[in-house]
Amino acid sequence: MSKPVKQIHLAAHFPGVNNTTVWSDPRSGSHIDFSSFARLAQTAERAKFDFLFLAEGLRLREQNGRIYDLDVVGRPDTFTVLAALAAVTSRLGLAGTINSTFNEPYEVARQFASLDHLSGGRAAWNVVTSWDAFTGENFRRGGFLPQDARYERAQNFLQTTWELFDSWRGDEIIADKENGVFLADADAGRFAHRDAHFDIGGQFNVPRSPQGRPVIFQAGDSDEGREFAAASADAIFSRHAGLEDGKAFYSDVKARLARHGRTRDQLLILPAATFVLGGTDAEAQEIAREVRLQQVSGQTAIKFAEQLWNRDLSGYDPDGPLPDVDPEPGENTIARGRASVRMYRDPVATAAQWRAKAATQGLSLRELIVEVTGRQSFVGSPATIAEEIDTLVQADASDGFILVPHITPGGLDEFADTVVPLLQERGVFRVDYQGSTLREHLGLAPLRARSPVTQAAS
Amino acid sequence: MAPPSPGMHLAVALDGAGWHPAAWREPQARPGELLTARYWADLVQLAEHGLLDFVTIEDGFGMQSSRPARPDGRTDQVRGRLDAVLIAARVAPLTRHIGLIPTAVVTHTEPFHISKAIATLDYVSMGRAGLRVRVSASQHEAGLFGRRAFPPVRSSRSGDPVASKLIAGLFDEAADYVEVVRRLWDSWEDDAEIRDVATGRFIDRDKLHYIDFAGEHFSVRGPSITPRPPQGQPVVSALAHRDVAFRLVARSADVGYVTPCDAADARVIVAGIRGEQQAAGRAEQALHVFADLVVFLDTGAATAAGRKARLDELAGAEYTSDATVFTGTPAQLADLLQDWQRSGLAGFRLRPGVIGHDLPMITGSLVPELQRRGAFRKAYQASTLRGLLGLARPASRYATA
Repeated sequence: MSKPVKQIHLAAHFPGVNNTTVWSDPRSGSHIDFSSFARLAQTAERAKFDFLFLAEGLRLREQNGRIYDLDVVGRPDTFTVLAALAAVTSRLGLAGTINSTFNEPYEVARQFASLDHLSGGRAAWNVVTSWDAFTGENFRRGGFLPQDARYERAQNFLQTTWELFDSWRGDEIIADKENGVFLADADAGRFAHRDAHFDIGGQFNVPRSPQGRPVIFQAGDSDEGREFAAASADAIFSRHAGLEDGKAFYSDVKARLARHGRTRDQLLILPAATFVLGGTDAEAQEIAREVRLQQVSGQTAIKFAEQLWNRDLSGYDPDGPLPDVDPEPGENTIARGRASVRMYRDPVATAAQWRAKAATQGLSLRELIVEVTGRQSFVGSPATIAEEIDTLVQADASDGFILVPHITPGGLDEFADTVVPLLQERGVFRVDYQGSTLREHLGLAPLRARSPVTQAAS
Repeated sequence: MAPPSPGMHLAVALDGAGWHPAAWREPQARPGELLTARYWADLVQLAEHGLLDFVTIEDGFGMQSSRPARPDGRTDQVRGRLDAVLIAARVAPLTRHIGLIPTAVVTHTEPFHISKAIATLDYVSMGRAGLRVRVSASQHEAGLFGRRAFPPVRSSRSGDPVASKLIAGLFDEAADYVEVVRRLWDSWEDDAEIRDVATGRFIDRDKLHYIDFAGEHFSVRGPSITPRPPQGQPVVSALAHRDVAFRLVARSADVGYVTPCDAADARVIVAGIRGEQQAAGRAEQALHVFADLVVFLDTGAATAAGRKARLDELAGAEYTSDATVFTGTPAQLADLLQDWQRSGLAGFRLRPGVIGHDLPMITGSLVPELQRRGAFRKAYQASTLRGLLGLARPASRYATA
């Protein structure tokens, strides 16, 4: 029997504060004005996407001790934008990153339950963790958490919010005017939670929301992050968008589910992916080359190299060879507030690989950086990209993609107009929304409300 | 004394089905819809139709209760609510002129988060955001966070020295909080984003500023992650019943809500706030004092009083409030507002006894009555909340001219 054809899930990532986003393009609009968010969301909804995604960072990035100024800087508050987007869309899922380190479970649970009510069941939460004292300088707690405790806190945080979401069954509000009974259960919302990180109790004051709780996303790539996702998440926001790395990640994570008593359809794998479209594949390749050069200016190449070398390289020529000194060992002190520096687990070895690659291929520092930081997942004509996406999903390299346009806010228009119809023709992407909640869009089974405690006793 | 204003400012305070605990049982009430976006959009759009300056949206972390500071276990009143900042954001794109002032509890939250949330509300509303800060001395609310323990406070008005010390400390913390929120709003100068393709710089980082606030309860480095909001400084407001709160209003707010029992009391309260304002070195800055009133409006005074009495009976107790409770006709209320305004009040924040009844009476009868008297605007004449309130847009404190 042949494998059933999978339906593809697609989402739009609002362009971020990194060099993928090309702000120097004349078509580039505001990253702050609500009109930009509304425009991208409405394009995504027109294209029947599953959801829109907003990232978050709680301290502006710094390099060489100063605020980094070469990329887009600044963003609005995630919850506030998502709530406003609920007013200008009607089906699109609304997903946001919210940090579990510099927030409290009671408040975050209220915010997500409120967002879910105000959007009619479209809220999703990408749970991220951080530990750094750098970000902590903006918060009451400061840098309070050892690095190795961050997933433990995240897991406890998530568990606590679930208890809060489940503290209402969903049938307590009867609002019987005649008899003067508003609430069927005086104990609705009652909770008590105690663990190594949280000791809280009382009554949660947001009644159960349409989805029961927001859809949970997780983005960590480490073993701990994968395990956290396998235990608790509804979807993973991964960075493995290729065929081989995608399949390896997919099978690794799906295999972890059984350990947590979960089935393979309870966790979706959605890599982030960029795209460059052209009328023909050759034209797309040409545009892609230009975009890469826009993304990696000479200055940006130096800054990237500094993030690996962990030292000031401002004296180097981006069009010349790579630095012949080795990276500065130890904690990265040159770039702060940037998660990507932790990807370089052995900077000296990475630098050696980069030097070897540059020597073999005759690349300048800038050309090398263009090569090694290339984030172009799909390059081609609409037909080529549609084919590629379908192939990857059917091959279990992913369940769909979170598309990251490089232009704000119109960067998704062409994809919506040209690639989506081809996927629909293939019968692998919805022609219209079938449900009203994000869980329904993602094909996730509805959550069962906590069964009434009192029923057991009666 | 404040010069006579060409007109009064008018706001409504929205909470559930209305301020009377039995409001939800009235025929016009929509108690099954209190958690829906449509309900809130309808209310704010109606208030905007009435040309009101702004709406405030109540909020709190604990369950609503008829007892101060702890749950009462009652099931005959509205229980459960949504986050006020998110309600405001949800209705912002559906309105164009009216100001949106959600309540935020400052005692348990992060000034960094609230600062960017209100800045963002200002962006999504294109310059109509405000913030009402609230302190919480409730042991019960503290238990929802588990970060700090408070001694029991039987009544916020008691003469208990432990309670007084706690509350004074919380108000000092609130002043620090507002200071951080405001510094973060200023931490990007207006023209910090330069998009200079020639030099490759998106921002001029000399126009972003660390705020370096260090206080007893928090230290915040900054700058904000969100650029300076359209109004520069969204409108900060607080409700104040007594000295420590008057001082917070005088030190930190653009609008203070007070609860006088008559015109003479209003005069005393306003004088007290002006004195504190002077002491805080803010005498030159605009600070509006609004009086709060709970209102039950009908075409006949007896009808209004009768309706309130009927609601009291449904609730099982006479409804009283920190604010004066008014029952009567729109014309009688207009008389009272005009009389009180002469005590130096810039405007009023009306708390509808029953939102489904009294909000339409405010917008459909009180407002036309005031307009006939030349005491209220006939059209919106500004596009921002600061503009409606006659507050200038301040330069960033960090800007070097």
